[in-house]
Amino acid sequence: MFYREAGDFSKTYREDSQTFPIRFDRYRYYAVLLIAFAIIPFFLNDYWVNAIFLPFLIYSIAAIGLNILTGYCGQVSLGTGGFMAVGAYATYKLMTSFPEVSMVVHILLAGGITAFVGVLFGLPSLRIKGFYLAVATLAAQFFLVWLFNRVPWFYNNSASGQINSPERTLLGVPITGANTEPWAVYLFCLVFVALSAVIARNLTRGAMGRKWMAIRDMDIAAEIIGVNPLTAKLSAFAISSFFVGVSGALFFSVYLGAVEVGEVFGINKSFLVLFMIIIGGLGSIFGSFAGAAFLVLLPVLLKNVLVTGLGWPTDIAAHLEFMIVGGLIIVFLIMEPHGIAQLWRIAKEKLRLWPFPH
Amino acid sequence: MPDQLVYAMEVFLNGLMAGVLYALVALGFVLIYKASGIFNYAQGVMALFAAMTLVGVMEGQVPFSHLINAILGTKVHHFGWHLPALIGIVSTVVIMVVLAWLVQRIIFKHLVGQEPIILFMATIGLAYFMEGFGDMMWGSEIKKLDVGLPQGINLWIDETTYNIFDYGFFIDNLDIFATIIAAILVGGLVIFSQYTKEGRAMRAVADDHQAALSVGVSLNFIWIMVWSVAGFVALVAGIMWGTKSGVQFSLSLIALKALPVLMLGGFTSIPGAIVGGLIIGVGEKLFEFTVGPLIGGATENWFAYVLALLVLVFRPQGLFGEKIIERV
Amino acid sequence: MKKKLLSAVIAGFMAATPVMAELTFSALSYRTGAYGNNGIPFADGYLDYFTLLQERDGGIGGESIKVIECETAYNTEKGVECYEATKGEGVLSYSPLSTGITYQLIPKVTADGIALHTMGYGRTSAKNGQIFRNVFNFPANYWDGASVGIKHLLDINGGDIKGKKIALVYHNSAYGKEPIRTLEELSKKHGYELTLLPVDHPGQEQKSQWLQIRREKPDYVLMWGWGVMNPVAIQEAVNIRYPMENFIGVWWSGSENDVLPAGAKATGYKALAFHAVNSDFPIFDDMKKYVVDAGKAAGAGDQVGTVLYNRGMYNAMLVSEAARTAQAIAGKSNISQADMIKGFEALEMTDEKMAALGLAGFGPSFSVSCENHGGDGMVAVAQWDAGAGKWNVVSDFQASDMSVIQPLIDEDSGAFAAENKLSPNCD
Repeated sequence: MFYREAGDFSKTYREDSQTFPIRFDRYRYYAVLLIAFAIIPFFLNDYWVNAIFLPFLIYSIAAIGLNILTGYCGQVSLGTGGFMAVGAYATYKLMTSFPEVSMVVHILLAGGITAFVGVLFGLPSLRIKGFYLAVATLAAQFFLVWLFNRVPWFYNNSASGQINSPERTLLGVPITGANTEPWAVYLFCLVFVALSAVIARNLTRGAMGRKWMAIRDMDIAAEIIGVNPLTAKLSAFAISSFFVGVSGALFFSVYLGAVEVGEVFGINKSFLVLFMIIIGGLGSIFGSFAGAAFLVLLPVLLKNVLVTGLGWPTDIAAHLEFMIVGGLIIVFLIMEPHGIAQLWRIAKEKLRLWPFPH
Repeated sequence: MPDQLVYAMEVFLNGLMAGVLYALVALGFVLIYKASGIFNYAQGVMALFAAMTLVGVMEGQVPFSHLINAILGTKVHHFGWHLPALIGIVSTVVIMVVLAWLVQRIIFKHLVGQEPIILFMATIGLAYFMEGFGDMMWGSEIKKLDVGLPQGINLWIDETTYNIFDYGFFIDNLDIFATIIAAILVGGLVIFSQYTKEGRAMRAVADDHQAALSVGVSLNFIWIMVWSVAGFVALVAGIMWGTKSGVQFSLSLIALKALPVLMLGGFTSIPGAIVGGLIIGVGEKLFEFTVGPLIGGATENWFAYVLALLVLVFRPQGLFGEKIIERV
Repeated sequence: MKKKLLSAVIAGFMAATPVMAELTFSALSYRTGAYGNNGIPFADGYLDYFTLLQERDGGIGGESIKVIECETAYNTEKGVECYEATKGEGVLSYSPLSTGITYQLIPKVTADGIALHTMGYGRTSAKNGQIFRNVFNFPANYWDGASVGIKHLLDINGGDIKGKKIALVYHNSAYGKEPIRTLEELSKKHGYELTLLPVDHPGQEQKSQWLQIRREKPDYVLMWGWGVMNPVAIQEAVNIRYPMENFIGVWWSGSENDVLPAGAKATGYKALAFHAVNSDFPIFDDMKKYVVDAGKAAGAGDQVGTVLYNRGMYNAMLVSEAARTAQAIAGKSNISQADMIKGFEALEMTDEKMAALGLAGFGPSFSVSCENHGGDGMVAVAQWDAGAGKWNVVSDFQASDMSVIQPLIDEDSGAFAAENKLSPNCD
């Protein structure tokens, strides 16, 4: 009834090829942006930011990155944790070596460095495919973690090997370190998320995205029609690693503040981001957000309900949390194997017909 | 004989033994992948669950005791019996078969024909679930597993090599046992798959589901059977690793060690899992022995993957895997 | 309608009733995950002590006690979530039992003004209270431990360990790397040769490291392990028939669940200790009466008296005594988070105080001051007797070699101060 294309005409080619051609979608998008940028910052406190919003936003960026590589280009990668570590350590070295430069520059540079490392570790993808490639990227994961643990230059020779994010300000407001305001860090990350989503959406809608999807669907046929597998795959690795590096940089400098590479950027992180995109929906930007929300928010919600709400012992609650998350993953997959994004697409389809059944 | 060479031989032999233990874990993966195309992320957690169940049955633990005590306020922990290892193992096998049946019924029946990555994700959900379930059922403290396997240095080898090389080699008795048991297990599996009717049916299903269905092979039965055998293999792996380091959460992380073995040996080959395991075990230990001290040690974690990666670059389907023939 | 009004009135009354004042403490514990089996007894001891104070004494200084437990699974992100979720409840101190989470929380507690007590773990240079205003790591830290470990070796070698080979088997994380610098400085001073053998998380596979030890035959092996790394290391040491009395672990590698799996052959294994390692103290009778038998024990009640349980109890005792000190200074029983920090800084643990609590001689006596948040660093060596199934303290409590350690503390805290633009102060 309201979700209709009737009466919604485009007068220019530009209007016709925009991301959200249906007016309802556009207004919904603007509303979400308005709420996110202008309304939520007023209702934040430390807990909401540090336990819910920041992890969600930061993992969304990582999920978008991995979705580009795995969802759009079909190269399964389990090196996400290692690449996030590259972003984090690059940021640390840049922050401590050039304390006067703005954080924004540092984070973008860290993303660039990670893109370069990602291309390097993406070279095997030219030869290896499928699950074998996934396990090959694990070599990147474990090697990078070992490297950051081993070489003292990366952590400025500190006795413990941990890196700490010193305080930095943006426009006079502290955004790293301990004295930050909740709304400041939230907005800082939100800007990165919004830009990442816009860039990713447009990349995947364009020629580059089509090349990636061609490689994913049938790479030999793609090669035959002229898609260069080398540039397509390596560009996927580069751009994906850029996003993952930015995510790692934010993870370290804004969210955690202190990182020990083995524990924070270990194999669990790689699997977690992969689960996010599979549950959220491969090949969908919305899916990245949905998956990140599912896997970040659900455990917190469960913990609050079971421990704080019902007062159960913490270890039983922790075990139950695992069982519920695992159970929900299976239920979701049986209901809709293509992830939450597919459920969303089906919902939109139904909404376009509503109130008519077909 | 120069010292370093003698040491290298010792490291080589220990590497072979370690490789056998990795191969044991990899076998479970191969079985399931061969028959149903599913990469079973939950294999490590299944090994942990099997080992925990074995200890629980042998020691007479009350399942879900922590939960029962929390709800009812009671203090029950043990039934009070101590069963011998054989009864424990048989009961655990029965439980693993029930688990296989449940997994097939509840999860994979509904996901027939889905893409491999979806099936992989389902096994991830299963892994999460079983981890929480296993901890809830048997508790998360470390438990000692003792099925009568000997541990400690093998004195005969120690003395013999001392007489030959002036340096006694260290070979753990448990590793020798593990090698023998693994050999029997692999031999049994190969005989089973080559010479029995069910084994042939399994190979048929691995080749082509539709064709197998059309000649009357029951897919459900084969899948339940394969998951049960994988469960049994998980139990054996769990016993070996659990005896070495106690039954606790980290046991499920041995599955990660099996991944480079699978890469190297191919996902679909049983002898490949063994050979891959041996190569990874030897390669990893020799690298740590020779190059490790120069670059700070703790290289074992990543070297296995780099080794497998190098092999894959030259042979993308692994040493023994089926050549991937792609058609447009 | 009437019902609604009635319930609204009742709700209004309940809101108007003054909330019972109480002291809130946190228990950031881990009962699951790779390190759960060591986290469980510690958490049990910690919680049981507070339960004992509540049941037997009605709280601290007349104020009821509330402990909020939060499961971190030794994971840094969960640790942050637990901290953020609980700090608004007026928690007076945090003890996360994880060096990783500690590093995380140090800037946060400094900004929020809450005390962080990291007893025998965490950031060693927090001993320098002038830089780390609300972080306390009394009564001993890792560098004290490393130094006393070497001192013990000097004692049993008549004061000279020149040319001896000492191997350090350590958990390849921030925790395990802590003693390396100190041991390297001490090796320059005493002339021994140090070999470093890292073990990756979780530490289930240590064959290579122990084969190397078997080949090189170091005179002594020190271990900085946690979780499953401990029992595996001790089992491997037994397998290669390394003389157990030359194998010394740090206090986190010296509890019953580390040595029991290896059985009888683990006898003679030594571990550092900064408190008593057995259960011959009157407090355990009280614990049995008021907590275990009354069914209020945090765990199954089978860990009472084990080393990690005792350590958790000791931790809770120090925190509650700091609260008592804070109450005395503030002159009121309902202390705030700022009062608690003052209480920690003014804490004096005397032998009389410990005896009055039923813990005579449980730990060394020490006092805390602004310059020294780390106590006196008195550490002893305990040895495991597998036959009797108990630990025995085999050396006196000794102080560490501050001539080596103090410069390292100054250097590390100076680096932190420079990075964060702090200057030493004691206000």
